[in-house]
Amino acid sequence: MKDILRKARLRLLKMHFESGVGHIGGNLSSLEMLLTLHHRVMGADDQFILSKGHAAGALYITLWSLGRLTEEQLLTFHKDHTKLGGHPVPHAIPGIPFAIGSLGHGLGLAAGLALGKKLRGQPGRVFCLMSDGEWNEGSNWESLTFIAHRNLREVILLVDLNRLQGFGSTVEVANLGSLASKLREFGFEVREVDGHDTDAIEQGLKQPTSDRPMALLARTIKGHGVSFMENKMEWHYLSMTAEQYQMAVEEANRL
Amino acid sequence: MRAIFTRTLVSHAQESDFVFLTGDLGFMVLEPLRDVAKDRFINAGIAEQNMVSVAAGLARAGYKPWVYSIAPFVYARAFEQIRNDVCLHDLPVFLVGNGGGYAYGVMGPTHHAIEDYGALLGLPNLTVYVPAFAADVPPAIARLMTAARPAYLRLGRDEKPKDFVVPPYAPWRRILPGPGATVLMVGPLAGGILAAAQTLPESQRPSLWVLCELPIVATEIPAAFLAGLEQNGHLIVVEEHVAQGSAGAALAHALLLAQTTPRRFTHRFARGYPTGRYGSQLYHRQESGLDPSSILRLLGNHP
Repeated sequence: MKDILRKARLRLLKMHFESGVGHIGGNLSSLEMLLTLHHRVMGADDQFILSKGHAAGALYITLWSLGRLTEEQLLTFHKDHTKLGGHPVPHAIPGIPFAIGSLGHGLGLAAGLALGKKLRGQPGRVFCLMSDGEWNEGSNWESLTFIAHRNLREVILLVDLNRLQGFGSTVEVANLGSLASKLREFGFEVREVDGHDTDAIEQGLKQPTSDRPMALLARTIKGHGVSFMENKMEWHYLSMTAEQYQMAVEEANRL
Repeated sequence: MRAIFTRTLVSHAQESDFVFLTGDLGFMVLEPLRDVAKDRFINAGIAEQNMVSVAAGLARAGYKPWVYSIAPFVYARAFEQIRNDVCLHDLPVFLVGNGGGYAYGVMGPTHHAIEDYGALLGLPNLTVYVPAFAADVPPAIARLMTAARPAYLRLGRDEKPKDFVVPPYAPWRRILPGPGATVLMVGPLAGGILAAAQTLPESQRPSLWVLCELPIVATEIPAAFLAGLEQNGHLIVVEEHVAQGSAGAALAHALLLAQTTPRRFTHRFARGYPTGRYGSQLYHRQESGLDPSSILRLLGNHP
């Protein structure tokens, strides 16, 4: 896993550097979760919804690490005539069932996929990765109510708690207090892990669940693994200079 | 129209891809459907954004979900979910808006939908179905189910004249022949205008058409409709919808592109709330010149 992670981080940095694209901070905070989920947890009947669509790069890299996207496809990222947009686009890649970019859509979509399985008695779970800033969106609270009320245990919620959003910290912008206690109040079983510890993520997702829907809250660092990006809000948007890229690569190689 | 809508859906409820979601509406209407569809009748609560996303997820899982509410709640509240989750992916989600136009009358403008299809027609892959008569509801449903693409069904209250036999459903239909102006109507207001036109001597009758599907596709405009325009030269479009995004605007656009210019064009559309006062559906139609008497006066003014 360590080797997969190191290669994936390097390839992610390269892709974002070469395309001059931002959003790297929130991609680095989600990378361990995406890789662990896809390499160690999900089975053939499971589906994945990336609700924080701005982590598209980390998802593409994850699919690349599984051999489901080619090197040639990665080279088109963010270029004209690509199918690898800055946020996932429709009708593009098997394994990415929905175009997502606007926040607060993924949980409802996951609930619909899960309800479809439940009604037909089909196996499989639907994993949905959300950001923490995303909880500003009211639609999520509609979806939580729906999932809890119908006890849609097929939905497994993952939240990337990197504590930074578009123009401030989550505490400064719209302080939600404890998401864990709110989810528990809605009827979820909540597990909290270090979002950069792949073993902890795996264990958190594999432990048998109670009779309620489950949410894995992952404490993360925006820009994780690149010291000058860590916990810096600006890396939601900035692209790297050549010098910064070299520093990032050196650090990623040491991890 | 809701009763025939419910009966029609009851007949489809056993199909393996059937699932129905309501935004907590349907009291005294949808109970028969709830009873037969059982666990595939889902009251999603007063939460339309989630309801549409869930429907998109169900559609991706192989279902053809219906999504029901009062028209503005289904199309406006969840507009981004309709755009991103349904239309971008060309998924078979069938939105049903009850009470199109001013149908909710004195319940007030929050419950009206006078800009619904204009807003929705800007989205990709979506077709709008507006039955003019209750008899149009089953064939419109059959067509949208066959198309299996994003759809919006705008329901209202049937105003069919008692003895009128509705001709077989078609997106464009002539419902009354006449030598006068060509009148194209959208929605149930066609019933009242038809009744009024039937009182005229045959030599003074307009040629009445109803349009039940949008967007307007230029190549699907019937030759007989264009021939009538040629003959009389006055085109009148009547619809319970604002001018922006309207069928009238779309028809004018299509005709201009085809270099077909009627000598005279009159558009009767929903003017909103010009007096700032509120009333029945008929009251609002009168304020916008959409009621049968106003249309008769317009026809009398025809040179």
